[in-house]
Amino acid sequence: MSLFDFFKARPKGTASLARERLTILVSQARSNRNAPDYLPVLRKELLEVIRKYVNVDSDAVTVKMQTDGNQDIFELSVTLPDKT
Amino acid sequence: MAEIIVVTSGKGGVGKTTTSASIACGFARLGKRVAVVDFDIGLRNLDLIMGCERRVVYDFVNVINGDCGLKQALIKDKRFDNLSILAASQTRDKDALTVAGVERVLNDLKADFDIVLCDSPAGIEHGAHMAMYFADRAIVVVNPEVSSVRDSDRVLGLMASKSRRAELGQGKIAEHLLLTRYAPDRVERGEMLSVKDVEDILGLKVIGVIPESPDVLQASNQGTPVILDENSEAGMAYDDAVRRILGETRPYRFLEPKKKGFLQRIFGG
Repeated sequence: MSLFDFFKARPKGTASLARERLTILVSQARSNRNAPDYLPVLRKELLEVIRKYVNVDSDAVTVKMQTDGNQDIFELSVTLPDKT
Repeated sequence: MAEIIVVTSGKGGVGKTTTSASIACGFARLGKRVAVVDFDIGLRNLDLIMGCERRVVYDFVNVINGDCGLKQALIKDKRFDNLSILAASQTRDKDALTVAGVERVLNDLKADFDIVLCDSPAGIEHGAHMAMYFADRAIVVVNPEVSSVRDSDRVLGLMASKSRRAELGQGKIAEHLLLTRYAPDRVERGEMLSVKDVEDILGLKVIGVIPESPDVLQASNQGTPVILDENSEAGMAYDDAVRRILGETRPYRFLEPKKKGFLQRIFGG
């Protein structure tokens, strides 16, 4: 840093933000990596069924496939709207 | 036993061809018999970086199609006679790279060389897939920049599931990260992802860190891979990476910002 830089407004370091964003992105991508191809379609159809009964957002349904030892675990979670 | 090594990245412009050219020369300088193959059909550039663009007569697609023999198409490097280049085709359709054709050429190369280096095109389309499909080892070139890091994760995922090794259950392709265009001073100021950041995000260790350097452009201007520039830090960092790939332990250099002189501190620069 030179004397002149001292008087300039210095931007805050953004690398930590990049790291944070990428960590989230990569972990999401990896959790979906070994999932079967039908998962997105399954998610979409489940959402349609749920919407017949409850008015939920399009991101309210998450489906995950995880391998735990010899078992594949299928995890479905639905976020219901607040009762207001 | 010959080894097939792919240099890949997903994202374009991160230094795949620069890396391929340099590490090919690095292996050859250490006495390995090396063939380096340009998989970027339609956009050939490896010949230019290697400085043999005027000696290309036949190319990879010609060999696959049987227009010529493999030996006719291989261009012998002027600096190392144990290094040969197989250029990409400039005109033909990239679908000319058939699985069977690529396999035959790579097997023929494995018979005559210790290392077959595949320079992948950018992207994750057919050419990139073919470059990685038969690999035993992969060097994933990554810049300390968000899109490059994300793309390299995508490529790592594809290699884990869509390679010949994965399909035959022969275990994983050995994966290495090579971080290029690294600027230690910017890392210190918190402006750029550090080596550790990239390693943590991707869960892989780096095999080399190449500092951002004007020498890389100078080298490509001349068609002399930067590893051959003995005064260049980028060149030295490539040589370290080559030796690490071959199993040597080498300390990492050029990861700290340069100490500035008194006048530089005052006036900048």
